[in-house]
Amino acid sequence: MKSKYIEEIIVKILMALSLLAVVGFAAGIVYTVFHRGWSCITWEMVSSLPGGGFYIGKEGGFLNAIVGSVYIVAASTFLGLLVSIPVVFYLNVFLKSDSKFAYVARLAYDVLFGIPSIVYGAFAFSLMIWLGLRTSLLGGILVTTLLIIPILIRSMDEVAKTFPRDLLDASYSLGATRLETMGVVLRQIMPGIATATLLSVGRAIGDAAGVMFTAGFSDSIPTSFSQPAATLPLSIFFQLSAPQAEVQNRAYAAALVLTAIVLVISLAGRFIMHRFSKNKI
Amino acid sequence: MFLLTGASLLLVLIMGIGLYMKSAPIFEDHSLWDLLSASEWKPFKNRFGFFPFIMGTVWVTGIALALALPLSLLTAVFLTEYSRAWVKRWFYPALDILAALPSVIYGVWGSLLIVPWISERMAPHFVEFSSGYTVLAGGIVLSVMILPLLVSLFVEIFSTVPQELRDASQALGATRWQTTKKVVIRRSLPGIFAAVVLAVSRALGETIAVLMVCGNLSQIPHSVFDACYPIPALIANNYGEMLSLPLYEAALMFAAMILFVVVLLFNLLSRVILYRLKKS
Amino acid sequence: MLSDFFKRHVRFSVIEPDMDDLLHKEQAFAPDVKFRHPDAGARLEVRHLDLSIGTQQILKDISLQIPENKITCIIGPSGCGKSTLLKSFNRLIDSVDGVCMRGSITLGEQDILRSDGADLIDVRRRIGLVPQRPCPLPMSIYDNVAYGCRIHGIRGRRQLDAVVEHYLNEVGLWDEVKERLRESATGLSIGQQQRLCLARSLAVEPEFILADEATSALDPQSSKTVEDLFVKLKEHYSIIMVTHTLRQALRIADYVVFIYMGEIIETGNAGQVFHHPQHELTRNYLSGVFS
Repeated sequence: MKSKYIEEIIVKILMALSLLAVVGFAAGIVYTVFHRGWSCITWEMVSSLPGGGFYIGKEGGFLNAIVGSVYIVAASTFLGLLVSIPVVFYLNVFLKSDSKFAYVARLAYDVLFGIPSIVYGAFAFSLMIWLGLRTSLLGGILVTTLLIIPILIRSMDEVAKTFPRDLLDASYSLGATRLETMGVVLRQIMPGIATATLLSVGRAIGDAAGVMFTAGFSDSIPTSFSQPAATLPLSIFFQLSAPQAEVQNRAYAAALVLTAIVLVISLAGRFIMHRFSKNKI
Repeated sequence: MFLLTGASLLLVLIMGIGLYMKSAPIFEDHSLWDLLSASEWKPFKNRFGFFPFIMGTVWVTGIALALALPLSLLTAVFLTEYSRAWVKRWFYPALDILAALPSVIYGVWGSLLIVPWISERMAPHFVEFSSGYTVLAGGIVLSVMILPLLVSLFVEIFSTVPQELRDASQALGATRWQTTKKVVIRRSLPGIFAAVVLAVSRALGETIAVLMVCGNLSQIPHSVFDACYPIPALIANNYGEMLSLPLYEAALMFAAMILFVVVLLFNLLSRVILYRLKKS
Repeated sequence: MLSDFFKRHVRFSVIEPDMDDLLHKEQAFAPDVKFRHPDAGARLEVRHLDLSIGTQQILKDISLQIPENKITCIIGPSGCGKSTLLKSFNRLIDSVDGVCMRGSITLGEQDILRSDGADLIDVRRRIGLVPQRPCPLPMSIYDNVAYGCRIHGIRGRRQLDAVVEHYLNEVGLWDEVKERLRESATGLSIGQQQRLCLARSLAVEPEFILADEATSALDPQSSKTVEDLFVKLKEHYSIIMVTHTLRQALRIADYVVFIYMGEIIETGNAGQVFHHPQHELTRNYLSGVFS
């Protein structure tokens, strides 16, 4: 047999192996986290606040982190959408498709998307010191908002870009105003908005480096924007660095909770995408 | 709307300027070259050498790339050139999961599985003792983290290669792999380069996961079984006490600025290449 | 009527190619590339081919015999399955998802539809393709022509030089590009690119050439050059081309296959089909009732 057929077979085997490896990693990580977390998790952990001596293994749970994460994610997603939907409209409805400004703006958002959250965090932290602010829920929300805006904009933008411009012209030529036309576009890109939102929720809930600087950490549920707030990733991180097995077990339980949330979000995103691509014209 | 859109540009600028202004005090005492090349890190003695951290970052990122690149290339080639639609349908959720898992979960996985594996199974073959919290652990965890990004970028790039080129090559009697090697990959080289640069910049900024498995000793690693201390981990570990010492804050902000500048340049470069590719 | 014709034709081409002809062919392949297949001169024949993509049937019960050293033109309205039929000959149709084929296409002893691995590679080598739009591979002019030889394991510098020069001459491109063989092929004009693609296919010494509307993307001048080339090349190759410019078919076809809605309506020598079409549909198509 000639060498090229042998090469073909070898490559095929290598490909099958790497495909298996990727699937294996995904399954392996989820399995590890679930397996380890399941043996530790109790109802008390997810339903109560840290008690006294929590970090040396006394009782309590990480409800503070769950609630803190939910606060930050909900608020920042809301703020993020408030900012990014107008931007997406501006890029796709108001600007011409070959606009230089749109090109530069898209580039800027892609670059912002690439900047690590630790840099956002460090920058925001120094800004807060400069303004005389302390770590707080508000700081966490703001930095998370900045973090997810590029994701929101660029993923909605990708969907909006596929929207045929001729349809806009058609709408205008029928005498529709810009506002009415925007209504048409909005209906078309609705699934795009949904998936983008899920994507950014997934990213926001998992981010640790950004909120570490800005939201701080606290054992109680914040009651105002100026109080520090705990988040799930940080709670996992801090508990895992403790030497006691009891504390570490709680970290694994928290990891299980976080993974479950993220998996549900990600699968929901794919489901919506799937539905959407079926209904596409 | 115009203002909101333009704000993106402004934010990039402000971040750059802000980080520079915050790190400026350190330049009064130390030259840029000194900071980058010195290897002694003793903040309380006013000695700030970033070289160990830079080397730590380079090592970890290099290993991550060396592991992830062949894996992701083969996977992407399989998905675009060999597989039928149903394989993709079943495979993409796995990529989704890898992309969606938070950094801290990777850290948990790394410290539960990879770290013990290195210290008990792998390292004993090569060195006397290794805690497992090593360059290698960081590299492995990081490589899995950048896999989904690389695979999806590669798939996107390969699908911009016109089908006619593949047909032309196969019609001459080339095997699929010959076609892939000599036509598809060859034509995608700029795109592959851009994707790699993007993945590297993602790896450079990764914090928590690496922090959890790298060992965090400010030393220059000499083998993959040494601990290391990448730049993001340095910032994250020390922000709490950075107001306590003179110039400490400026030094950490300088670290953030190094990251910012490198990542910014890498991103600009790769995005411009990718935009070009998409257009043509 | 139609089947009668088939029987006659099948009988006709069963006759072995005579020795003189073979010798002549050998001479034409001057560069000492030894690609000639032991089974060279084999017949290409389609029997009862049904082809469907997903749930849609594209080709219905196609039976066809490709005459040797002639230009066979497949004509028919767009969307009738011409290109699909052409792509079945070298199995490029495989890259389409959900293709299902029944019947057989044989090249000599070999069933193309059931070939795999090395056999399929062999079939593809013996049946060259000139694409619809010129598509030079992303490499130099020289490498484009040498590509086929290289993938089949010929690496000798001198040998490759000879092959490249010979086949660029064959398509009349040598004098135009001999000064810039190392430059990227995308720098050529579109007409030159198409001739380069032809040279690239010829360099692996196929016996059949498939041309899928090979002139449709070209300007009239280059289109004429390529047509003339085909007429010259039929001396050594059997050419199967798909076209929907009837005038082109009139100019160069020796044998015509008219397909409508995935079925063969009429086949025959060009003179007969064009001047005395037997079928109502053919008459309508030729007089431009539909196109």
